[in-house]
Amino acid sequence: MRKKCLCTVVTFPTTTAAMAAETFLRARQREGRLIPVPTQITASCGLAWSAPAGMKQQFTNDLKEQQIPFEQIVELVI
Amino acid sequence: MIYLDHAATTLGKPPQVAKAVYDAINHLGNAGRGCCQPALDAARVIYRTREQISKLFCLNHPQQVVFTSGITESINLVVNGLCRPGDHVITTELEHNSVLRPLYQKQGIELTILTCNQQGQITYHDLEAAFQSNTVAVFCTHASNVTGNLLDLQKIGKICNKHQVLLVVDSAQTAGLFSIDMQKDLIDILCFTGHKGLLGPQGIGGLCIRKEIELAPWKVGGSGVHSFSKQHPVQMPERLEAGTLNTPGIAGLSAALTELSHTRIEQAAIKAQQLMNLFYQEVVRLKSVTVYGDFSGDRAPIVSLNIGEYDSSQVSDWLAQDYQICTRPGIHCAPLLHQALGTQRQGAVRFSFSDTNTIEEVELAVKAVKEIADF
Repeated sequence: MRKKCLCTVVTFPTTTAAMAAETFLRARQREGRLIPVPTQITASCGLAWSAPAGMKQQFTNDLKEQQIPFEQIVELVI
Repeated sequence: MIYLDHAATTLGKPPQVAKAVYDAINHLGNAGRGCCQPALDAARVIYRTREQISKLFCLNHPQQVVFTSGITESINLVVNGLCRPGDHVITTELEHNSVLRPLYQKQGIELTILTCNQQGQITYHDLEAAFQSNTVAVFCTHASNVTGNLLDLQKIGKICNKHQVLLVVDSAQTAGLFSIDMQKDLIDILCFTGHKGLLGPQGIGGLCIRKEIELAPWKVGGSGVHSFSKQHPVQMPERLEAGTLNTPGIAGLSAALTELSHTRIEQAAIKAQQLMNLFYQEVVRLKSVTVYGDFSGDRAPIVSLNIGEYDSSQVSDWLAQDYQICTRPGIHCAPLLHQALGTQRQGAVRFSFSDTNTIEEVELAVKAVKEIADF
């Protein structure tokens, strides 16, 4: 079984917003990848960006700068 | 076979288009419906295509690109998402039924249809005079699918902007053949189809919506997000895209757009116009041939004509059976324009050209028209 760890998780209002974020964050060579939204945040289906802990402020700045809509950025053990 | 029906759908698409559709069917999942590799790959293809479309039409907001099955669905979405009872809308006699029928069917709106002259041209003075205090939008084609006449979008955009009314454009006959700049031309909503000048597959199209404009959803349902919510997502573009998208069609369109650089668009348009002009110059001299439209300037590569009193369907069938030349007869889903041209009974035979045609093909088409005219 995979070991759980503290991660920065970004959720998005739409799949398109998640794709816009992935395109931008990869271009900026930010760490992370798309994952299904953890049920600790919502039971809804959808995509989230998961990265190592400590990236909250960085992602907030990045996404706001690019006007990419996001719902929340949290740190949680997944 | 000589294919001169590119205004209906282009043939001779880049081979990468069919390959992309094939690959999508075999390898792509359903975007936004999971996080497995095929689903993510589908979402990436769709997002890349939004970026390509946004760049092509100078929208500069990929999230404002909405995919539909084509212009008919796009116009239905705009009419139903924008117009409310009591609103006034302006359109023209040049329009295709994809524009006219959604407007006719929308209950409670007031409709002004600008008339055109015998060459199929509207006047911009008439447009200026048509605005009312309750006017919300002007719906117009960029080019008539019957005559090929172009409308001056920049001029119309400026007039709409002055009256603070939205400009909604049907680009069926021009996207991929002419540069369309939503910012320069002040277009608020641009409806496009993928299978004509953009060289993509049939069944994929969409609309580009300026960021400040909000359309109410016309259909709601599956979205892949917020499954417990009773409301469809309000964010663009999912707001207007309920249900599974046509991912193979989008993949094909993306492949076509990759092939269609701006330079290629200009070159293709020039060659198609040269072929059209070659055909026009020959057939217009024939005594029993009537050609419709204004050929004095830039235009879509379309020549519609009649030969004497012959039924256009009979002529088109004659061309197909005896000369293997593909054309389109009849009314071309543009009833008001045919009434204005006086061709509502006879229809017209439409020859439409692309850069994939050759001079030899045009010469054979001219020869066929001459022989039928002399019969």
